[in-house]
Amino acid sequence: MTGAQALVRSLECQGVDVVFGLPGGAILPAYDPLRSSSLRHVLVRHEQGAGHAAEGYAWATGRTGVCMATSGPGATNLVTALADAYMDSVPIVAITGQVPTAMIGTDAFQESDITGITSPVTKHNELVTDAERIPAAIAEAFHIASTGRPGPVLVDLPKDILQAKTSWSWPPALDLPGYRVPGPADPERIAAAARLLHRARKPVLYVGGGVVKSDSHEALRELAELAQAPVTTTLMARGAFPDTHPLALGMPGMHGTYAAVTALQECDLIFALGARFDDRVTGKLAAFAPKAKVVHADIDPAEIGKNRAPDVAIVGNLRAVLPELVVAMRALVNGAGPARTADWLATTTAWKRSYPLRYAQASDGPLKPQHVVERLSALTGGDAIVVAGVGQHQMHASQHYTFTKPRSWINSGGAGTMGFAVPAAMGAQIGRPGELVVAIDGDGCFQMTAQELATCSIEGLPIKVLIFNNGFLGMVRQWQELFYEERYSEVHLGTSIPDYVKLAEAYGCAGLRCEQPDDVDAVLEKALSTTDVPTVVDFRTHDAEGVFPMVPAGHSNDDIVLGPEFTAAEQRAASRKEVITS
Amino acid sequence: MTTHTLSVLVENKPGVLAHVAGLFSRRAFNITSLSVGPTSDERVSRMTIVVDGETTPVDQVHKQLEKLVRVLKVVELQEDEAVERELALVKVTVRPEMRADLLDVATAFRATVVDLGRETIVLEAVCAPGRLDSLLAQLERHGTCELVRTGLIAIGRGSGTITDENQALAACA
Repeated sequence: MTGAQALVRSLECQGVDVVFGLPGGAILPAYDPLRSSSLRHVLVRHEQGAGHAAEGYAWATGRTGVCMATSGPGATNLVTALADAYMDSVPIVAITGQVPTAMIGTDAFQESDITGITSPVTKHNELVTDAERIPAAIAEAFHIASTGRPGPVLVDLPKDILQAKTSWSWPPALDLPGYRVPGPADPERIAAAARLLHRARKPVLYVGGGVVKSDSHEALRELAELAQAPVTTTLMARGAFPDTHPLALGMPGMHGTYAAVTALQECDLIFALGARFDDRVTGKLAAFAPKAKVVHADIDPAEIGKNRAPDVAIVGNLRAVLPELVVAMRALVNGAGPARTADWLATTTAWKRSYPLRYAQASDGPLKPQHVVERLSALTGGDAIVVAGVGQHQMHASQHYTFTKPRSWINSGGAGTMGFAVPAAMGAQIGRPGELVVAIDGDGCFQMTAQELATCSIEGLPIKVLIFNNGFLGMVRQWQELFYEERYSEVHLGTSIPDYVKLAEAYGCAGLRCEQPDDVDAVLEKALSTTDVPTVVDFRTHDAEGVFPMVPAGHSNDDIVLGPEFTAAEQRAASRKEVITS
Repeated sequence: MTTHTLSVLVENKPGVLAHVAGLFSRRAFNITSLSVGPTSDERVSRMTIVVDGETTPVDQVHKQLEKLVRVLKVVELQEDEAVERELALVKVTVRPEMRADLLDVATAFRATVVDLGRETIVLEAVCAPGRLDSLLAQLERHGTCELVRTGLIAIGRGSGTITDENQALAACA
């Protein structure tokens, strides 16, 4: 057996069903045994697409996504996706070809030090220098990517190692003496956390991506109901708790709902579950939730106390920790009586009612992006897998789609990678073939990775891509409007070049256009019912529409700005954290 | 300056130093000194890393190092519970009439002469960190012309060892 055959066999034994990749010189040996393999290889048009597709697959399924590329530029084109996966803790394994071992360091053709380049943006990486190690290197890569705090792992394989003769055995012994996955959480900490939650009068459950990754949404719901605590789901956790639930506050942070942002500011206990106190959530850290005690449960000990010192820290996998918290909380409720949060819930509910997400859609236009999201939400009943890129469209999607299920929202959170949506939607559709996958994308984002529409067409993946085409790099435009006195610099893209309908058709997709609010439902219905080819819709949305509420960067969350749809009196009342009774 | 000394056991594999150095660079941690060498187990190397506690959150350094797959164990050595030493080689320009004076200084700091030239002397000094700085200040008066330091190494006092209660190392051995 050759090293290349060992690689392919290892991937098969690992249970991999699909590999996103693009061949080239150094990885060529691996592509030969692929032909007779059970693995499905999806030939992307750019390696970045392979990386994001692997991420979309992982987000949608919870399984580890796999991408493959050749050495040099093939490998460096994966870097953005690896950095994205690292920031959002997405389990992917990247396989890269490398120049033959004897040529490493000689500036050989298509040589790049990809382990050196990706060291800061991978959970682990390895340059394999012995063909005998290939099965172990692959098994270790999957183990590291998928356990503990998930993340990307890269395995770099020189061409001569892929061509070398080697023996085969499976499963290999894992040689990871320094790799630690947290064991069971300390029961005393669980008890202490439950006591704080039971005693709190103004608690908030601050739910992060860890709840989705650990599939512990059901226990979360039990805990929230036992504690009668309002729940805020971060950009990474949308869908972990149903937006339709009375305890749901929506998203916190820079573009979070007023109720979520203000509840965190005013609470007496932050109960953080798989969240990391990211700057986009906390705003100015020193002014964040000044009256709150903090319980912080996370699988990564390094997140504990990184940004905010906790009063009770729980290190462990939420898959075990959340049910343990439910048991402890239930005992307290049964023994010492129900949670006493009624006044607090009355306040947070009044905030939700007083300061909802608000936009104005005139019947004769211009078309508002929020309206499209709300109609999509209504027409799909929350049953779609929604994928977004980065920018205004992402925030509007997160705010206005009614998420009711985990793994129904996929986006680039920490890294903020424009161009994420189309390839990630492709990966999600392959991971969950029978389901409706809808990418909401901006025109700026779309043009960064639109080439994967070719892959989608050829692979028969009927994703829907809704372009919110406002002709601008919208979020940058919004910042120039607000913080640079409307001095717009290099943000105008234009709405008509390219012609997105023709572009879609050129890629073998259905192309639709929608310019008027009244047409939204019909166009969406047509897009959603098209199942034989991918569909691209060019929504001509209002170019001056901003994303609100907004906490200006570097400001305290107390400085939340409701936006132009609220009166000055309403803004003043909101700043005083009063409710509006009418 | 408040410094913290971390003893780090790592797998002796290619790329490990790059992973550790990359972590410090990526997270903007400031290293005062770093020294690496083999241990009695050829599969394990030991790093001694001195971190500037005023600019760098030591708890984060500790936890982030432990997350590196090739890192086996991280222990912070407290100053009063550890022996800390640094080796320096110092080339000093010295006029013949000042030679005796210089050798007196060397004797006081238990530094030894390892090379004797017509106009220069190379001294070898092994000192605790503060003491080495004092020696160097003394030598400065004579005109130090070249200095090389190893960076700090340290070991815990008493009968305990860094490998105590270490399942990872047991698995490795």
